[in-house]
Amino acid sequence: MITKGLLLWIALAPLGGACLAGLFGRQIGRVGSHLATIAGVGISCVLSLYVFKLLALDAVDPVNMNIYTWMEIGDISAQVGFLVDRLTALMMVVVTFVSLMVHVYTIGYMRDDPGYQRFFAYIALFTFAMLMLVMSNNFLQLFFGWELVGLVSYLLIGFWYKKPTAIFANLKAFLVNRIGDFGFLLGIAGVLAYLGTLDYATAFARASTLNGQTMDVGFGGYQIEVVTAICLLLFVGAMGKSAQVPLHVWLPDSMEGPTPISALIHAATMVTAGIFMVARMSPLFEMSDAALSVVMIIGAITAFFMGLVGIVQNDIKRVVAYSTLSQLGYMTVALGASAYSVAIFHLATHAFFKALLFLGAGAVIIAMHHQQDLRKMGGLRKFTPITWITAWVGTLVLVGTPLTSGFYSKDLIIEAVHASTRTGSGFAYICVLLGVFVTAFYSFRMLYLVFHGKARWEDGAKDDHHGEHDEHHHVVDANHPPKEPGWVITVPLIALAIPSLLIGYWAVQPLVFGDFFAGAITVNPANDVVAKIGEQFHGPGAMALHGLMTPVFGLLVLGFASATYLYLIKPELPGKIKTKLHWAWAILDYKYGFDAFNQKVFASGSVGLGRFLWRWTDQGLIDGVLVNGTANTIKRLALVVRRMQSGLLYHYAFVMIIGLIVIMAAFAFAR
Amino acid sequence: MTSSIPLSHFLTVSAMLFCIALAGIFINRKNVIILLMSIELMLLAVNTNFIAFSRYLGDASGQVFVFFILTVAAAEAAIGLAILVVLFRSRGTINVEELDSLKG
Amino acid sequence: MVEQILFYVISTVLLASALGVISVKNSVHAALLLVLTFFTAAQLWILLRAEFLGIALILVYVGAVMVLFLFVVMMLDVNTEHLKQGFARYLPAGLLVAAVMAAQMIAVLGARNFGTDKFAGPAELPAGYSNTEELAQLLFTEYLIAVEVAALVLTVAVIAAVALTLRKRTGVRTQDIAAQIAVKRSDRVRLVKMPSEGSKVDS
Repeated sequence: MITKGLLLWIALAPLGGACLAGLFGRQIGRVGSHLATIAGVGISCVLSLYVFKLLALDAVDPVNMNIYTWMEIGDISAQVGFLVDRLTALMMVVVTFVSLMVHVYTIGYMRDDPGYQRFFAYIALFTFAMLMLVMSNNFLQLFFGWELVGLVSYLLIGFWYKKPTAIFANLKAFLVNRIGDFGFLLGIAGVLAYLGTLDYATAFARASTLNGQTMDVGFGGYQIEVVTAICLLLFVGAMGKSAQVPLHVWLPDSMEGPTPISALIHAATMVTAGIFMVARMSPLFEMSDAALSVVMIIGAITAFFMGLVGIVQNDIKRVVAYSTLSQLGYMTVALGASAYSVAIFHLATHAFFKALLFLGAGAVIIAMHHQQDLRKMGGLRKFTPITWITAWVGTLVLVGTPLTSGFYSKDLIIEAVHASTRTGSGFAYICVLLGVFVTAFYSFRMLYLVFHGKARWEDGAKDDHHGEHDEHHHVVDANHPPKEPGWVITVPLIALAIPSLLIGYWAVQPLVFGDFFAGAITVNPANDVVAKIGEQFHGPGAMALHGLMTPVFGLLVLGFASATYLYLIKPELPGKIKTKLHWAWAILDYKYGFDAFNQKVFASGSVGLGRFLWRWTDQGLIDGVLVNGTANTIKRLALVVRRMQSGLLYHYAFVMIIGLIVIMAAFAFAR
Repeated sequence: MTSSIPLSHFLTVSAMLFCIALAGIFINRKNVIILLMSIELMLLAVNTNFIAFSRYLGDASGQVFVFFILTVAAAEAAIGLAILVVLFRSRGTINVEELDSLKG
Repeated sequence: MVEQILFYVISTVLLASALGVISVKNSVHAALLLVLTFFTAAQLWILLRAEFLGIALILVYVGAVMVLFLFVVMMLDVNTEHLKQGFARYLPAGLLVAAVMAAQMIAVLGARNFGTDKFAGPAELPAGYSNTEELAQLLFTEYLIAVEVAALVLTVAVIAAVALTLRKRTGVRTQDIAAQIAVKRSDRVRLVKMPSEGSKVDS
């Protein structure tokens, strides 16, 4: 039985830990802080697993309950409530498990950081926010969680607040997310306006009333379907949070934050909130083919082109970040193809293997004493064996080697897109197919550059990387070789590596082809690509065997082979290619100009607009004309009028009498 | 018999009294005491009007107004003269032309 | 007929004395002429059968306010010659304004609007009529609150006048009766013990 108390414990335990660590961090100390938050998240994780077991194995009915009425305005009531079905339970497990791993890992990663307690408070608070987001049973609470995870993300990207690049990155993340959130808020407003409720269940029940309704776009008299408008607006929110083109620009920069949060927030959980939200809103999205087409195309663009950028990155975390973008694109494509369950499946497997990769990258960074440049790594295999093995596992899963979880989820997405007949599915299919090659290429490139080949840190490491963090002055060189970090870092790596490898094999059958998400996700029978591909599904083993013979696998091997040839066998070749194909390299290094465009047009435009408003509107009009202008006018007027104030009694009397005479004249002659 | 005197005669007398007081304010620009006296004359003219109307309209309420005006005028005279005394003490003059500290 | 003659005589004296008030050089003379003005005005009021107010005017104004004026005029050592300067200069303007005003007022208040044809003569008063009684009736019934307020105004005026003119003089020797009564023997007399003259010589 899923009780209110149980759900409250799950949601509030991390909050309690966050409050303890955040408000009393100084009193309870470092150990106390991490114990408090880990206990909170641990309770949450165990109970989430229990809830998941109840729902998935014991077939307990989903619960939908309101806990607290925040306010009521007319017919609209704002509730705090929980909707826990299998979709929610899966997200809860993913969130709390990855969060728990990251908490443990952070003990090692942030060991020397002065903001230790603050960091734990933030990530525990994030866990609470994310749980509120996924457990919500209404749009308002969803928005609350949505904004709260955005806030914590902002705080954590700028965690090293003395670092100017970090401050720039967190501001950028915040601003870009505002754009998405504005769309999201408009979408929620649309739901409220047309369906008259904020509650999921009620809204979905009324959704059919939207059929055929159109609304005025506001200019040109152009009409648009209401449901399409709502879905597109909601998807704008998802684009911001889940970093889809063109609102993706914040995610690579968010790597300025500490690595654990890159793993937790910017790879495993928060960025998937958009995917989760669209899946949750499936009854609405299913009603609009147009919106789903947009979703699919945006996702396809993100999946392929962001992966390409990953090839030219030299910062280890940025490579993983672009990989995250690309994988989020895959999920979005799946959503667009109406394969929601596949998207969620990929979300879950991605959460594990991407957290693994990020934590692995973090372990490498620790081992290299905060050196993040791939060009100054190499040959770490001998020094950090556990990290090496887990990184191999993560890479194999990411590229989708058959039998690993990444294979099942990604292959199903490609199948689903292939099976889809929606507008844009052809383009999306090409994108996701080529994406496989790109993914394999950049993944193995990173792997080789870090762990294999010549150890480039032995000679040239002592150059420009001093003082990035004041407290890390050590440099790795031949006399101080990198060494494996402690168990708090390696244990989470292993703990994440195992599910990354295995859950796909076990989960694919029930999660995607079973009726696991029945009731949580609605798919139109006409759009049901999952059922279509399910007809050819004969168990995970057979699928893996079949996977060896598909073009997908061919592309994967091609990517692997080319990366191996270029970076392991002939490491001098990439430089030559770079000079030969300099224009292509420049485009990728320039990230297609999104950043420059934003910086030039939006940032400078806003600054220019702000300066204009400041100079002319504020200083000129408001200060100059209205505020000081009023005062100045009165002053000038007073300078004239004061001459009338002679201070002499008989002048006043004279004026009075003249007035009296005038009034009398009016009486005397105007009748 | 008062009936042989029209109301307009009384009103004219009081109007002339008022105008004399007005002229007094004009031509005695310096002497505050004469100014106060002129104001008393003006009030007297007003009171005379009240009483005349009261008599000719047969309503004694007009006389009640005169009563109150007398009250306020007495208070005004008392306070005005008190202010005059204080003024003379502090400035040593009651010349209106020298009292222009309110000049803007 | 008698009343008409009285009216014209009284009015003439009234206006003449008023003119005197504003034109004489000496402030004391002006105050005395003001007394005459009020006195004749009171007569005019009595002619209008307002005996109570006429008497009150004489008592309050002639008896109190005018004395106050005289008192102030005499108390303040005013250079009247100096104060009369510019009299001739302002006279034409003053007269002009006054004449315009008078012309207007008479135009409004004259026979055209308030003549006998518009306003019949006042009703004959009944036998045993008392103006004082009628006024008292009104004052203590209908206008009671106003009377109380007027009393308050007068009280405030008295207090204000006293408070304004009251001053503490320094360096003036005054009698403090309370201090005199409160004096004790020990304040004035001090007994001292001292050896007698003789013993001093002896030693």
